[in-house]
Amino acid sequence: MAEIITDETIDYVSILAKLKLTEAEKEDAKADMQKMLNYIDKLDELDTSGVEPMSHVFSFDNVFREDVVTNQDDRDAMLANAPLAKDGQYKVPKTVE
Amino acid sequence: MAKQYETVIGLEVHVELATKTKIFCGCTTAFGGAPNTHTCPVCTGMPGSLPVLNRQVVEYAMAVGLAANCQINQYCKFDRKNYFYPDNPQNYQISQLYLPICHDGYIEIETGSGKKQVRIHEIHMEEDAGKLIHDEWEDCSLVDYNRSGVPLIEIVSEPDMRSAEEVTAYLDKLRLLIQYIGASDCKLQEGSMRADVNLSVREVGAEEFGTRTEMKNLNSFKAIGRAIEGERARQIELLEEGKAVIQETRRWDDNKEYSYAMRSKEDAKDYRYFPDPDLLPVNISDAWMNRVKDALPELQPQRQERYEREYGLPAYDAQIITASKKMADIFEETVALVSNPKKVSNWLMVETMRLLKEKNQEPEDLRFDPENLAKLIRLTEDGSVNSSVAKEVFEKIFTDDIDPEVYVTEHGLKTVNDDGALEEVVCKVLEENSKVVEEYRSGKEKVLGFLVGQVMKAMKGKANPAKAGELLKKKL
Ligand SMILES: [Zn+2]
Repeated sequence: MAEIITDETIDYVSILAKLKLTEAEKEDAKADMQKMLNYIDKLDELDTSGVEPMSHVFSFDNVFREDVVTNQDDRDAMLANAPLAKDGQYKVPKTVE
Repeated sequence: MAKQYETVIGLEVHVELATKTKIFCGCTTAFGGAPNTHTCPVCTGMPGSLPVLNRQVVEYAMAVGLAANCQINQYCKFDRKNYFYPDNPQNYQISQLYLPICHDGYIEIETGSGKKQVRIHEIHMEEDAGKLIHDEWEDCSLVDYNRSGVPLIEIVSEPDMRSAEEVTAYLDKLRLLIQYIGASDCKLQEGSMRADVNLSVREVGAEEFGTRTEMKNLNSFKAIGRAIEGERARQIELLEEGKAVIQETRRWDDNKEYSYAMRSKEDAKDYRYFPDPDLLPVNISDAWMNRVKDALPELQPQRQERYEREYGLPAYDAQIITASKKMADIFEETVALVSNPKKVSNWLMVETMRLLKEKNQEPEDLRFDPENLAKLIRLTEDGSVNSSVAKEVFEKIFTDDIDPEVYVTEHGLKTVNDDGALEEVVCKVLEENSKVVEEYRSGKEKVLGFLVGQVMKAMKGKANPAKAGELLKKKL
């Protein structure tokens, strides 16, 4: 039996995801997440003993780049994506450690 | 009787790898560029950009692991560590949780009571974050992503250390190993090697570990030593007062010699790791692993042993010189040019160490060309400069890497080997110091030193003191 998604779980997950949800959205999210957990339960019904855990959907591995510089200074193009910038840097709300 | 406490320490050491490019993109890792000039869509976390792993990162991580007696996970992969902080443009750091590249190794250290193994739990590959600076004018923060995506390895030890001395010995060993492999320059001050200290205390004889804290912001061996002492004292005081140690991350303030709890971010420390679907697994064949193993260079213990055997250096000298890869390389290159290991070792052990200390630098900062030290040694060997001039010239080599042959000629520092000129001065000195001359003749031979000094002074330091002494004796 799948774990029940409670209001506390939804609140906790929205804090982690930095999302502010309305009550209606919370209910929707709760229902969606519950469906996912139930589906996982369904999968658990299968006998997977002796099956290697899949770590990736593609059956490739070892895709590498060589250690060679290929990028030039593209700062202005990168900064154009930022909502706010100052002195060639990304401007963000104050962070204090 | 007062309770006796034992300190239990484990380290998480981050090392910036010496690759030319970042771990997942072709941006340079060079230091000192203007902010954000070394960035691209991948290392600024643009949606849709795809990371591609730098092969050299795997090679370095594997080499360090093999040298630290680790097992290699020949099938390894990357995971996402999720957290929101502006130094991290993707909102997750690419790291390795489930299958790190290396595990279960050890480093052997020397302690007061003999050799000891510090076990390594794992070594994993990950990416560095950007830099945040606080902007006083607008009360905001500014981000530079030049360091974002610079490859790191994190070396996680078991809680096997019991004192600041053991921690220093472990870090020293680890640093030497990585420097000799060439995987990083490991400068604590500049942040290419960073250590987080996990520390707890327990009563001597207790089996359970106490609650541990994690200390960050330690950027020198001395700071690490002080932080360990400070945090040990703080935890013991809490226990003595019957209070509990709280498991938390603390920031060491080396000026105040106290650690402060880092303000916990509003959300819990829940990284929700999951496999990174953008990156394919790494499959290390036996052949690849063996190639890296065979290519491991001579490490510090072997080099020390070879210097003793091949060059006849005393164990102590060989140890000091090989305690820095840079110093050892300078030694070796200079010896190849002048084939006088003892003399080369002397210049490094005495004058170089003195100047490093005076200028508060590390041996890795040495910048002079071995050719110039070799030339200086030749100048002293053929009597062209005397030892005090040589020291003066060496200081110039140390600071400005000058060519000593050009320098002594330009500054007229060559020893005057013109016997006529020397004889003239000797006669003059004897004339002017008739009293001292009498003392000498009446048996007080010690005064010869004074006379040599007078000759040297008259010749502005450019005479050969041994020759001057000889000539004086002859005349007397
Ligand atoms: Zn990049």
